[in-house]
Amino acid sequence: MYTMGVDIGSASSKAVILKDGKDIVAAEVVQVGTGSSGPKKAMENAFEASGLKQEDISFTVATGYGRFSLEDADKQMSEISCHAKGIYHLVPTARTIIDIGGQDAKAIRLDNKGGIKQFFMNDKCAAGTGRFIEVMARVLETTLDEMAGLDEQAEETAPISSTCTVFAESEVISQLSKGTNRNNIARGVHMSVASRACGLAYRGGLEKDVVFTGGVARNAGVVRAVSSVLKTDVIVAPNPQTTGALGAALFAYEAAQKK
Amino acid sequence: MSLTQGMTAKKLLGYYQNKADQDAREAKARGDLVCWSASVAPSEFCVTMGIAMVYPETHAAGIGARKGAIDMLDVASRKGYNIDCCSYGRVNMGYMECLKEAAITGVKPEVLVNSPAADVPLPDLVITCNNICNTLLKWYENLAVELDIPCIVIDVPFNHTMPIPEYAKAYIADQFRNAISQLEVICGRPFDWKKFKEVKDQTQRSVYHWNRIADMAQYKPSPLNGFDLFNYMALIVACRSLDYAEITFKAFADELEANLKAGIYAFKGAEKTRFQWEGIAVWPHLGHTFKTMKNLGAIMTGTAYPALWDLHYDANDESLHSMAEAYTRIYINTCLSNKVEVLLNIMEKGKIDGTIYHLNRSCKLMSFLNVETAEIIKEANGKPYVSFDGDQTDPNVYSEAQYETRVQALVEMMEANLAEA
Repeated sequence: MYTMGVDIGSASSKAVILKDGKDIVAAEVVQVGTGSSGPKKAMENAFEASGLKQEDISFTVATGYGRFSLEDADKQMSEISCHAKGIYHLVPTARTIIDIGGQDAKAIRLDNKGGIKQFFMNDKCAAGTGRFIEVMARVLETTLDEMAGLDEQAEETAPISSTCTVFAESEVISQLSKGTNRNNIARGVHMSVASRACGLAYRGGLEKDVVFTGGVARNAGVVRAVSSVLKTDVIVAPNPQTTGALGAALFAYEAAQKK
Repeated sequence: MSLTQGMTAKKLLGYYQNKADQDAREAKARGDLVCWSASVAPSEFCVTMGIAMVYPETHAAGIGARKGAIDMLDVASRKGYNIDCCSYGRVNMGYMECLKEAAITGVKPEVLVNSPAADVPLPDLVITCNNICNTLLKWYENLAVELDIPCIVIDVPFNHTMPIPEYAKAYIADQFRNAISQLEVICGRPFDWKKFKEVKDQTQRSVYHWNRIADMAQYKPSPLNGFDLFNYMALIVACRSLDYAEITFKAFADELEANLKAGIYAFKGAEKTRFQWEGIAVWPHLGHTFKTMKNLGAIMTGTAYPALWDLHYDANDESLHSMAEAYTRIYINTCLSNKVEVLLNIMEKGKIDGTIYHLNRSCKLMSFLNVETAEIIKEANGKPYVSFDGDQTDPNVYSEAQYETRVQALVEMMEANLAEA
């Protein structure tokens, strides 16, 4: 039996096809999110990669901000439940999940059965999210992909004290005009994001293992920063952009069995 | 035959809401006094004096619900009221500015002509009370200064410990007597203590039927959709000392009791989970907050906010201590441990599976305690909770998608807990 999970985020669309609730036969990411052609393309890519067709899919669960816009979905679920499900499937020892996506950051506490004990999300603000790094990368005249490389070469951290994205942008510009090293600023940006997200994790009562997921987990600079703020090792989820879609596909499998 | 004969509770609600505003307009036209009052300031004194009442908080909530808040917020903003000020206050100051301009120039400003706001007259006096927040003091002081009218302040101190000590009740009873003296001066006639007793009795009858409605949420499935309390509360705020509230609430409670007997429930068999709503409603997005939960099969069966007006007291108590206690014990005027106890009781009575906390930008008093409250309650009864950012009447401080994500996760957690149980 094949089931599908589609995670339609603000910045990207992800699709996972699962065989019999355990084997991932396709996991595709398209870097445009809700309101774009991204969800459809992610699904098409997943079909192409697996050699399957829509009619082969027994059940589809949509998640993410754009979950209600997917016509092919049989059910919609929150990304909190889907990330928890996906991560627990991949890392059964996970007890704290930090998920940083394009426009939100969340910390989820799991019990030893993978159930959600509590979760906390960022307030209505881009601070501590992927969008924050994107804005700062533009000011630093670099790309998102290159931010981790700059951070790696940093000799120290140029602190970014403003949490507001607009104020932080001014702060970065001011640092640049004072001649502060770009690499150090990149590290400061990552520390700012990490401290914001880790604040949420501390609220839920930090318990190991800590798993970092979401698109921002691909940035090694933020991973280092999260580990340093939490003062503990952090496991980066395998293929971190698709853990929500994986969780959705797992829920789809459970729903298909009940059909 | 009475005009209201045979009306459903819903029709009565609309009828009496309009009538209360009409009463105020007619009083103004006759040259009688109109008072703007804080929502949990005692209504009994002005009603005894025959003063027509208008409630700016309810009025602002109505403007918000009818999608008219932005215009009034803009007027207030141009007068210098910062977005960190309470949006009820800002909407009301905006509305007052429009009325004042119309009174001075004889021309209604365009923003008022196009506003869906209920038409209420300017006040001749204001009465405020700090038992629900301290912003109300400055807000009403500003109204009084802008309009050059008397401002009666009833000081009800915060209860840092419970139970409420006798000296606090004695102090508040003195505050009541002081307010009565001020009213005697403003009205130029003595206070009618006999009529006061009748008004207190009337208030108690309204409160009794109000509580009958809220009690219906204890049944599972529930005949009461808790969001209806948000609609009906306009009358417990604005008309509790008149028979308008009693008549309407009695009709609604009777309807709910009949439905319960007939097996007719609010969600018609679709009730899956039950939640508590903590905080003021998001009036400009009331439909969205309700429908999102309804579509997930989640019904609200407990909320402390409308229960603020559970103002039961001994109407025969001439010392006024019992009445003082009613006006000071409301949960947001009490310490954290009492607030927690109130919410835990509501959750138990309403057979509640989880809580939504509204982190309301306008209402600092209710919101700042929410974080701590939520964690203590989770520790005590293990029920999941979620918070979302919003505002009571500023539609800009709310994101539908953020609300949907958070509450859907809450529902999934509640369902998982029920499945496990």
